Amino acid sequence: MGPQTVHALDGVTVAIRRGEFVAVMGPSGSGKSTFMNLLGCLDRPDSGRYRLDGQEVAGLSSDALAAVRNRSIGFVFQSFNLLPRQTALDNVMLPMVYAGVGHARRVERALAALDSVGLRERARHRPTQLSGGQQQRVAIARALVNDPLLLLADEPTGALDTATSLEIIGLFQRLNRRGITVVLVTHEPEVARFAGRVLQFRDGRLLDDLRQEPEVAP
Amino acid sequence: MTGWDALRAALESLRANPLRSALTMLGIVIGVAAVIAMVAVGAGARDQVLRQIASLGTNLILVGQGSIVRSGVKLGAGTASSLTEDDALAVLSEIPGVVVTAPSVRWGLQIVAGNQNWGTVLFGITPDYMEARDWTVALGRGLSDEDVAQANKVVVLGQTVVRNLFGGGDPIGEPVRLFSTPLTVVGVLAEKGQNTQGQDQDDVIFVPLSTAKRNIPGMAKSNPRFIHTMVVKMRDGADMAEAQAQIRDLLRQRHRLIPGQDDDFWMRDLSEVSATRDESSRALSFLLAAVAAVSLLVGGIGIMNIMLVSVTERTREIGLRLAIGARRRDILVQFLIESITLSLIGAAVGVTLGIGTAVAVAALAGWPTLIRIDSIVLAVVVSGLVGVFFGLYPARRAAGLNPIEALRHE
Repeated sequence: MGPQTVHALDGVTVAIRRGEFVAVMGPSGSGKSTFMNLLGCLDRPDSGRYRLDGQEVAGLSSDALAAVRNRSIGFVFQSFNLLPRQTALDNVMLPMVYAGVGHARRVERALAALDSVGLRERARHRPTQLSGGQQQRVAIARALVNDPLLLLADEPTGALDTATSLEIIGLFQRLNRRGITVVLVTHEPEVARFAGRVLQFRDGRLLDDLRQEPEVAP
Repeated sequence: MTGWDALRAALESLRANPLRSALTMLGIVIGVAAVIAMVAVGAGARDQVLRQIASLGTNLILVGQGSIVRSGVKLGAGTASSLTEDDALAVLSEIPGVVVTAPSVRWGLQIVAGNQNWGTVLFGITPDYMEARDWTVALGRGLSDEDVAQANKVVVLGQTVVRNLFGGGDPIGEPVRLFSTPLTVVGVLAEKGQNTQGQDQDDVIFVPLSTAKRNIPGMAKSNPRFIHTMVVKMRDGADMAEAQAQIRDLLRQRHRLIPGQDDDFWMRDLSEVSATRDESSRALSFLLAAVAAVSLLVGGIGIMNIMLVSVTERTREIGLRLAIGARRRDILVQFLIESITLSLIGAAVGVTLGIGTAVAVAALAGWPTLIRIDSIVLAVVVSGLVGVFFGLYPARRAAGLNPIEALRHE
């Protein structure tokens, strides 16, 4: 086999407006993960452009991208990725450690973020003392704490049961109604129903860009 | 990320695996403790030797008769009979800074008292000799100028000689015999013990210089003014090297040696003895440094190993930190501070253990120990450097992780 360039994404043009709730769907290998990594400034495109809030980020240095991620993007992962030995409060404060926020402000803002996910009274608990749904809510609080432009959730309900999944989706919808842009990667159509827009990827191309009336989570 | 945040994260992570952290520190702990304890023992021993040397007096110069060269054959020290009492007087009057010059002759012989006899070393001396070598009298009296002037048949005995001839009884006023000459014991020297070479300094007898020359067979030489050695005592703080050079010039001139001809006398001062000691303690220090270097190297490799394990274990954490805005430098600093903290805590434990060991050695074995602050500072600084050096590679590896892959790591 000779050297061969494989484009994980090819000829994809998408504009996501402020305040949208977008579900990204597609089988594995469809390019949706690459799309998410570009959106989250974790990866840089080999060619093409990515403008985030009017700023061209494709050519930024690694440090500058770290700053963009810190200020503008909140990540939510399938496996929560909480630091196991730290309290919920410490976990939520972590992004502010890299934003150079003073300690008193950190505590205040972290408590406010925990409040917005309904876990203020669990601030001193460690992840192991929390249920899966609660852990994911702590992770969402962590994603919110620096007031991001964009909340990027990668299979956020993948490790949760149906009832808890609905709870988390409901939380995303409430946050979205408050004006936060949400982009959510999922392979479950039941989750995608709650989004106002669904992007379907296959073989590195955007197959479908569908706007729909979202279902409202209980 | 501030240093405080990094330190907190480091301590948090070390606390997560207390046993592992403790075992990792062990290499540094042992290295540092060994350095501090061994330096304390070495410094204590050295300090003791230096005090012994200082008690001999470092401001003394010994001058002795050299060898004569006859038909190109050197006949050994003391074969020349060129050194004289007049040389001693000349050194005293002409060399600045000289306090006392004490000429002496030296002879090994048997001393007899009653039915006892003992082989010892006789020194024919003047009272100045006792002053120059810090001899004091424990019983009776020392030798006087009058004894020397009149060649009185009197003798002062060292403690070892007294023990062997009189079994510890009072020898003052007792008669003794040297060859066929009867002498009267007038004094006993205060005990001096062993010198730095382990020789018994108390196995000695003193008689007036004139008495020795007149009454010891074989002592009479062509020059009745000859001496074997002289002790030159300089005033405190005198430049010993300069004084030696001046004495050498004076003696060469007095002995009419032409340039290029060897000295017919030898000379040394006790600071040379302490220089020898310095050299052997330098060799000891070098050995210590080698031991310390090896154990710190091993400790450092242990730290590097465990930091690499830690980086692998915490790949997802690193990925998360990168995703939420940590720069590569933040990750590097976090892991570096962790390895430095590890080695510095190890150093602190090692310092405590080392001091404890030194104190225990002093108490149990009775060795003199001297805890050196500079050894503590050095051990801590080197441990910190070990932490940096061996932490750098794992930290760079952590900082170089790709956040996407790190987040996917199981």
